[in-house]
Amino acid sequence: MQQPSLFNSRSLTVSQVSRYLRELMDSDEILRDLWVQGEISNLSRPSSGHVYFTLKDASSALKCVIWKPVALRLPLLLQSGMSVELHGAVSVYERDGQYQLYVDAVRLSGEGALYQEFMRLKARLETEGLFDPARKRPIPERPQRIGVVTSPTGAALQDVLNTLRRRYPLAEVLLSSAAVQGEEAPAALVKALSRLNPSAVEVILLVRGGGSLEDLWAFNDERVVRAVADSQIPVVTGIGHETDFTLSDFAADLRAPTPTAAAELCTPDQAELREQLSTLRSRLAYIMQSAASGAQIDLQELRHHLENLSPLWMVRGDRQRLDETILRLENAVQNGQLTRRAGVQGLGDRLTALNPFAVLKRGYTLVTNEQGALVVSVDQVQEKQHLHIRFSDGSVKSQVTEVTGGKQDGKNG
Amino acid sequence: MAKTDKSLSTLTYEQAFQELLSIVETMENRQQSLDEAMQLFERGQALSQHCASLLEKADLRITELTGRSSKTEKEE
Repeated sequence: MQQPSLFNSRSLTVSQVSRYLRELMDSDEILRDLWVQGEISNLSRPSSGHVYFTLKDASSALKCVIWKPVALRLPLLLQSGMSVELHGAVSVYERDGQYQLYVDAVRLSGEGALYQEFMRLKARLETEGLFDPARKRPIPERPQRIGVVTSPTGAALQDVLNTLRRRYPLAEVLLSSAAVQGEEAPAALVKALSRLNPSAVEVILLVRGGGSLEDLWAFNDERVVRAVADSQIPVVTGIGHETDFTLSDFAADLRAPTPTAAAELCTPDQAELREQLSTLRSRLAYIMQSAASGAQIDLQELRHHLENLSPLWMVRGDRQRLDETILRLENAVQNGQLTRRAGVQGLGDRLTALNPFAVLKRGYTLVTNEQGALVVSVDQVQEKQHLHIRFSDGSVKSQVTEVTGGKQDGKNG
Repeated sequence: MAKTDKSLSTLTYEQAFQELLSIVETMENRQQSLDEAMQLFERGQALSQHCASLLEKADLRITELTGRSSKTEKEE
């Protein structure tokens, strides 16, 4: 007979203890869902694809397992010595009676690490050309349909809707909602973006209100950044506050500092629209007026032209020509008389000048023979011949007594 | 050239505005006959009134895509 036990006389098998402990742990709220931080050591990657390591801090150690499907989706490559934060559940590995952490998510610990990861991913995507300014498309100025990707319960959505109501109520909003923070956010955002791609919207607003760096982290997720870059429809981001920059901002076609600004940047203000409309109206009225007055001027010109062509003008013209002709005739007649008068006077003078008797006045005389012929040479004269000598005031009859000079004189003498 | 009033009421703000703009530019760039100008002017006036009344009556329409479309995507 065995010694009586102080405890329950019934003993458990090792397996039963392990299973009991596992069930206990699995039903524990804290152990089922926790983040643990520490440094990775003794990391091994067997060919199975699972990853095994020990997470430790200064005084303690925790065995960790990452199953292959999770390991394949990890955003970063785990290495011994890395400081990480692990998410998962603590449970028992029954064979070894060992409790361990079954990891389903990993992140680098601390903001510094987050920033490092951010910079690494940014550099990588930049090299790929995802942020190339040449990729950026113009944002439509007056989109009729606007896609909005954000949380349906967030303040960002209200900001966007209020802005659109105030500025551009002509638009139609297609809301594609998604969680904007937490583990599911990246996948939800990708899905929300794909719901709008392709669709009738002309621009997509990807917005989220302000929050901590971790709150905005989904917008740095590579999947989300790629979905933004791949969108067939231009994307405007308005994530967090003015000072927050996420990788989605870099991949977007336009980055706005806030959700409100994003809504403003892709819409006209209706005050602007009214002004444009009234400008167009007055341009239209002005052209119509000038067209009408232009037509009036044309009409007047034509009327004027027609008047000029009137037969009345021809009669008037003829009358004028007639008057002119009469005038010219009169002038001609007058001028003719004057000219003739002057001519007669001239002729008289000339005639006076040629009058041989005028010469006699100056002391000359005219000599004629008995027949009346003019005697101009002594050769025409013989002694005893009668000659008439004419003076200006009378004449004498004379007889030649002597002839001197001439040809006879030369022959004879 | 001028369309009927019936087609006018179906125009969106942007369509009406663009047509108005093109009418104004046509009239500014090319001399019309008076009849043509009057026709264009009347159409332009109707368009601008349509635009103004659309602005007056506008009320932001919101459609949520989440529900059904997200389910159909999950089923794929």
